[in-house]
Amino acid sequence: MKKTKTISRRTFLASPYIVWVIGFTVIPLGLIFKYALTSREGGFSLENISAIFDPIHMKAMLFSLEIAIGCTLLCILLSYPLVMALKHLNMGKQSFVMFIWILPMWMNFILRILAWQMILSNNGILNFILTKLGLEALPLANTGTAVMIGVVYDYLPYMVLPIFNAVAEIDEDIIEAAKDLGANGFTVFRRIIFPLSIPGLLSGIVMVFVPSMTSFVISDILGGGKLQLIGNVIEQEFTKSSNWNLGSGLSVSLMIFVLLSMAFTMKNDGEGKGSAIW
Amino acid sequence: MRKRIISVFLAGLLACYALAVTGCGQKDGGKGSLTVFSYGEYMDPDVLEQFTEETGIEIKYEEALTPEEMYAKYKSGAIEYDLLCSTDYMLQKFINEGELQEIDIDTLENGGNIGDRYWELATAFDPENQYTVPFFWGTLGILYDTSRVKEPVDSWDVLFNGEYAGEIIMQNSMRDTYMAALKYLGYSLNTNDENEIREAQELLVEQKPDVQAYLVDEARDEVVAGNAVMAVVYSGEAYLGRQYNENLEYVVPKEGSNVWLDAWGVTKYCEDMEAAQQFLDFLCREDMARKNFEYIYYSTPNEAVIEALSEEERADETLVPPEEATENCEVCLQAEPEINDLMNELWKELKAD
Repeated sequence: MKKTKTISRRTFLASPYIVWVIGFTVIPLGLIFKYALTSREGGFSLENISAIFDPIHMKAMLFSLEIAIGCTLLCILLSYPLVMALKHLNMGKQSFVMFIWILPMWMNFILRILAWQMILSNNGILNFILTKLGLEALPLANTGTAVMIGVVYDYLPYMVLPIFNAVAEIDEDIIEAAKDLGANGFTVFRRIIFPLSIPGLLSGIVMVFVPSMTSFVISDILGGGKLQLIGNVIEQEFTKSSNWNLGSGLSVSLMIFVLLSMAFTMKNDGEGKGSAIW
Repeated sequence: MRKRIISVFLAGLLACYALAVTGCGQKDGGKGSLTVFSYGEYMDPDVLEQFTEETGIEIKYEEALTPEEMYAKYKSGAIEYDLLCSTDYMLQKFINEGELQEIDIDTLENGGNIGDRYWELATAFDPENQYTVPFFWGTLGILYDTSRVKEPVDSWDVLFNGEYAGEIIMQNSMRDTYMAALKYLGYSLNTNDENEIREAQELLVEQKPDVQAYLVDEARDEVVAGNAVMAVVYSGEAYLGRQYNENLEYVVPKEGSNVWLDAWGVTKYCEDMEAAQQFLDFLCREDMARKNFEYIYYSTPNEAVIEALSEEERADETLVPPEEATENCEVCLQAEPEINDLMNELWKELKAD
């Protein structure tokens, strides 16, 4: 009797989330799959799924992959020095730096990307400073580099935060012990801090890789509409060509691809600690 | 126990879902309210308020950003709109699909304010002027910086001859960009000839390295800020751009261009035709049409408003495009499905290039 009671209470408490999951995950996913597996005329078809192998779509996919991998790597490279620097600050300073770091995220992200557009444009702030300094102006506007800057800027906090949390949890005694045994700073990082930060790193990768792979607004604004990510193709199919079936098919392919690459990342994790997110 | 709770729960959820679906589609009361569907920022909110004040009819104003979005929202059936304001080719689609009701245009007291020229323009998609009432119109042309071009621009040629490489902004919109290329080649922008479209594609692919960016709303701003020498923009945008930078000039190329017309229609869901007609009439009234005109500064088809403009404003071709400017222009119509698919495919190819 008691058992039933706890279960029912648990079920009761979980119910809002069940509604949430069904209403905003299961039903929409079902609809996407339904569109993806039917042709525009109505019958069953795998054409929309296999459309990803069309050279134009493949090109967009590879470019998305390039942006996503590049963005993830750059974010990792930028995160560790910051996290290491933060580690040696006292609590108050740490939270202050973190606060500053997260502050821009309080602003709308489109606004921040538009600000980047103004910084990078031909007569923009960056080139104004460069020419004032007697340097050559950089033609960054509407290039892949500009898109890369945009995604890295936008997703960097999502990498820094989980890595920082993982590193902050490392027991100072372990590091002391390593140092006592003669390990230099680099060895401490390589043998202790880095391995123990992997759970954070992995959730960071997921949170950076997936959105940068699927984004389309940043490439539209900073790429000047000249560069096409798979997200842009999907957006076009939905909003302009009114071909929801093809759009859904490409989304499903993209989802499968992201799942595969995530599974690959997690498999290499060995310890399996970071797989909490799965 | 657990199973039962879950199933009760699922049933409840389904009920909620069903309620939500039908609930939105329901009209409260029917009479005394109109659900109006238009583009964002396309109407002075005061106009709606005043309409309610004068007639007691509530207006629910729904917005979309693009004609395509409007179509998708409308077709989903979640909301039964009474009136909608859309663009030429999309209205044609609505009319062809039987979504619009006939309007008794002659009974609109202020209908006479809309000039004959615009009713004539509307016949491109509404041949008998039965379904739509013109609201705003304009042309597509080139906005350019006179201080940075060698000679006045009068042809699409400047976009394709390579002289202004890296200084050109094209519209990030498929039909508008193909229009420029097709018109330059001397073809109709409504061509259904695959070869003509492929020829335009070749031209655009060749042009792409010279294009600084494909933009929509920012196209004007980039020219205003001096980041680009010229951009393909709508006449209304050109007017606003010139308010910020007096070196700018706008031209409808001599080869012709797209003349667009946005108009109102009454949907098949509307049960209170009288209220809908009242609303349309209200929009044609001089004071309201002026309010809307001054709200976004697109060209108005309302001749009473045009007559009341200052001489300087009336001479401004971005505000009141003269008849000569639109001589070679065409209204954009719905493309054949195969042509539309082809263009979509080629557009993706152009962007991927």
